[in-house]
Amino acid sequence: MRPFEDATAIRERVLAGETSVESLIARTLERIARIDPEVGAFRAVFADRSLARAAQLDRSLRNGARPGPLFGLPLALKSNMCLEGTPADCGSRILAGWHAPYTATFVQRAIDAGAVPIGTTHMDEFAMGSSGENSSFGVPRNPWDVARTCGGSSSGAAAAVASGMVPLALGSDTGGSVRQPAALCGISGMKPSYGRVSRLGLVAFASSLDQVSPLARSARDLERVLGAIGGVDPRDATSLPGPFPPPESRRDLAGLVLGLPAPFFPEGLDPEVQARVDEAVCLLEDLGAEVRPVALPALAHALATYYVIATAEASSNLARYAGVGFGGRAEGDGTLAGMMSTTRSRGFGDEVKRRILLGTYVLSSGYYDAWYGRASRVRAALADEFAHAFSAVDLLAGPTSPTPAFRLGERAHDPLAMYRSDILTVPASLAGLPAASIPCGLARVGGAALPVGLQLLGPRGADERVLGVARLFQEHTTHHLAEPPLAGDEAQA
Amino acid sequence: MKPPVPPPTRSAERAAPFEAVLGLEVHCQLATRTKLFCACPNEFGAPPNTNVCPVCTAQPGSLPVLNEAALALGVRAALALGARVAPRSRFDRKNYFYCDLPKGFQTSQYAFPLSSGGGLALASGRTIRLRRIHLEEDAGKATHDRGPRTLVDLNRAGVPLIEIVSEPDLFSSAEAVEYLESLKEILQYAGVSECDMEKGSLRCDVNVSVRRPGEPLRTKVELKNLNSFRNAALAIEHEIERQVGLYVQGGPVVQETRLFDVATEKTRSMRSKEDEHDYRYFPEPDLPVAIVGEELLAREGARVPALPAARRARYRAEFGLSEQDARVLTSARALADYFERAAGLADKKSVANWVANDLLSLLAERRRPAQAIEELGLDPARLAELVLLVCSGALGTSAAREVLRAMVDTGKSAAALVGEKGLGQVSDVETIEGWCRTALKGKESVVAQVLAGKEKAIGALVGPVMKASGGRANPKVVQETLLRLMKDERGS
Repeated sequence: MRPFEDATAIRERVLAGETSVESLIARTLERIARIDPEVGAFRAVFADRSLARAAQLDRSLRNGARPGPLFGLPLALKSNMCLEGTPADCGSRILAGWHAPYTATFVQRAIDAGAVPIGTTHMDEFAMGSSGENSSFGVPRNPWDVARTCGGSSSGAAAAVASGMVPLALGSDTGGSVRQPAALCGISGMKPSYGRVSRLGLVAFASSLDQVSPLARSARDLERVLGAIGGVDPRDATSLPGPFPPPESRRDLAGLVLGLPAPFFPEGLDPEVQARVDEAVCLLEDLGAEVRPVALPALAHALATYYVIATAEASSNLARYAGVGFGGRAEGDGTLAGMMSTTRSRGFGDEVKRRILLGTYVLSSGYYDAWYGRASRVRAALADEFAHAFSAVDLLAGPTSPTPAFRLGERAHDPLAMYRSDILTVPASLAGLPAASIPCGLARVGGAALPVGLQLLGPRGADERVLGVARLFQEHTTHHLAEPPLAGDEAQA
Repeated sequence: MKPPVPPPTRSAERAAPFEAVLGLEVHCQLATRTKLFCACPNEFGAPPNTNVCPVCTAQPGSLPVLNEAALALGVRAALALGARVAPRSRFDRKNYFYCDLPKGFQTSQYAFPLSSGGGLALASGRTIRLRRIHLEEDAGKATHDRGPRTLVDLNRAGVPLIEIVSEPDLFSSAEAVEYLESLKEILQYAGVSECDMEKGSLRCDVNVSVRRPGEPLRTKVELKNLNSFRNAALAIEHEIERQVGLYVQGGPVVQETRLFDVATEKTRSMRSKEDEHDYRYFPEPDLPVAIVGEELLAREGARVPALPAARRARYRAEFGLSEQDARVLTSARALADYFERAAGLADKKSVANWVANDLLSLLAERRRPAQAIEELGLDPARLAELVLLVCSGALGTSAAREVLRAMVDTGKSAAALVGEKGLGQVSDVETIEGWCRTALKGKESVVAQVLAGKEKAIGALVGPVMKASGGRANPKVVQETLLRLMKDERGS
């Protein structure tokens, strides 16, 4: 078995008896031990727990149990996901040592489908960041060039999959936190429609935007994971009714209208990114799609709107970290208020503080209408604009990130440059649309070859359409099979 | 509805020409089985931090799910108070930091409340208008006076509340108390809440301002920590005096929140307007809009019972009861329902007496309140049976009391007990005549007094007859028989 096989292929080998789950997990743990010092994807590895789980799965298979869709597959979690009894510190000092007292619905569903949670991965603190550099505990390096970022905030999740340590990882995507790292690391990632996957047990950043989103080495794997973890959850009042839609299988794209929104191809878009995306669109056209330009003028306001709404919700969601019931506590001056403010001052990193302050400001009396109120109205207009566009086209396409992976440190001290990394991913988040990023080739940057991501957006609820086209694209391309040059691999070879 | 014209208040009379204007905000815990957003028990008095879960302790990643039963009780309360229920209401987040608020925000309906309008009539006939009713969650409880550390109990966190906000239509502490009592009665009748101030299931804040008649409203002060009707009245009185005093001295009244201090029976400043929190309300993204459909409205409407004021009016007008008896009988819905069931089967006034006097005494002996009437295990039909026996003359009143007690103790019927104890009233003239003849022996002086017109003296003869009969002789027949025998004697 090769480390870069996708989950579907690995599962088939397990079911064919070529390997036991236990030996698969043992080899996964070995590879993490060898590769991760170079990549830095993992925050914690559940070695004993996952080996025990693997043995249990092997027994169940011998006893004739029906293997689930994720049977035996190692699965990396982001550090903002709850698995009872394991740490979920969200990359933040303020939650260091906090162990989840319950298991998230989507984690439980993955386990029920046979997955083996193998560990947690590094992330920007509370999922706020686009490079992984806002973590309190470790910054993952891009397997394609370890001097570069993996993107963020699901940085470790993307790095773990891209470096062949695990076939599957779960990330969370609020404004692009799965799609952008997937693009920058050369793997597949999908933010489903808002509400498709229960958020219960995903530590909230911005509740109206957060979605649990898988990362994998193929679109068919994304489909496999979403089918297992998606669907209505009575414990998440915002979850969409019904199960995750069944896969859509296509032999070509005849009859499909593909829209190219002008704002997705702005001036200043990296020419290599532009070229790879153009090539991908040509291929989709060759497969039968009719390509049309689409005007989405409200997209010009998407980034500003996103940063108002996301920070507003974050300022409220993060109020609970005040040293009272759980998490870290600093005594301060001995008063209750002093304890709370000292705990927060010391526990949160700079970017989290910046966003809490922004969010507090946009909700303040006297400023609410001008900021939060207006942003909510623009958000509604943007959703309307998308809905209107989807009356004429079936799918939208564009790049996922305006540039390939940037150097670590390059944007770390320029918050606005960092925020602009999300400019092509926040629109789908604001409108709750399903959006996938799949590899569409490599960009030559200096001496390095860096992955480029193609983003596909569908109407809200049409997750199966996005996945179906992504899968067809991968049936006709090999971009998703490209392997990064890793020192650890060379050492072994 | 136009704002009513205020009658003069006691305070205003003392310090004319100022009048007081009061508006009340009442928080009332809903009598649901579970909390507003999680499945933890909604229960008073459990050991600290035992009725808690990831949701009500705000563990990271937890999400609220609206308890439909709380929405239904809120709707019922609104309908009982004549309010217009909004087909769509929305939860917002009210953000502030305090150790008893685990999420750092309270989830509360702010911009789009459950209902608007409605009102409540005072005895004077004046209606106090309601502004709105909204659903929200309770906070936990912080205790600061047990050692150097603050202790937090989250059992109460997430308990469902409705807040009932009145218009500033009240003009005295007496009116405020009447309003509160009436509100409490209605909510209890409708099964919305226990409304027990001691357990904190009913709490109230009062907005107080004073003005000269005809003026627009002046600066208001909010009074908090009013944990009994008596304290509410005292705090209002004190606050009216304080404000009038300030105006009379030419000073301004500062907009602020004041706490009632139970020890001094005075209010003291808690925070001024400048220190008010900026709650940064915004729509709760974790909850969809709450929808109240026709079905829910109809179902909850059907669950609003006849309210106490209407029942009292009916008891007076149709049953001929006194205001006093009507009040006693409607003091709890279970008691009134019980009374009505029995009253349909026997003389209503007699049933009223038996319920209001005898049954309530039996409850009092057991230290149980009026709403526990069912605990006596006495079917209203059986009480009616007893009342019928008394009214027909088959059973004397004091014997009936004994029977009633035995009915409650043994669960047997009145007829069975009367037979068993031989308590049936004796009206047979021959039997009574025998007892009377014995009693008359050697009582010539008494007979003379009676015959001389001093009819009350007959009591000295009736007593021994009743005693001889074991209390069972029909007193009316005894009296008639004694008189007849005396007259016969003289005639002979």
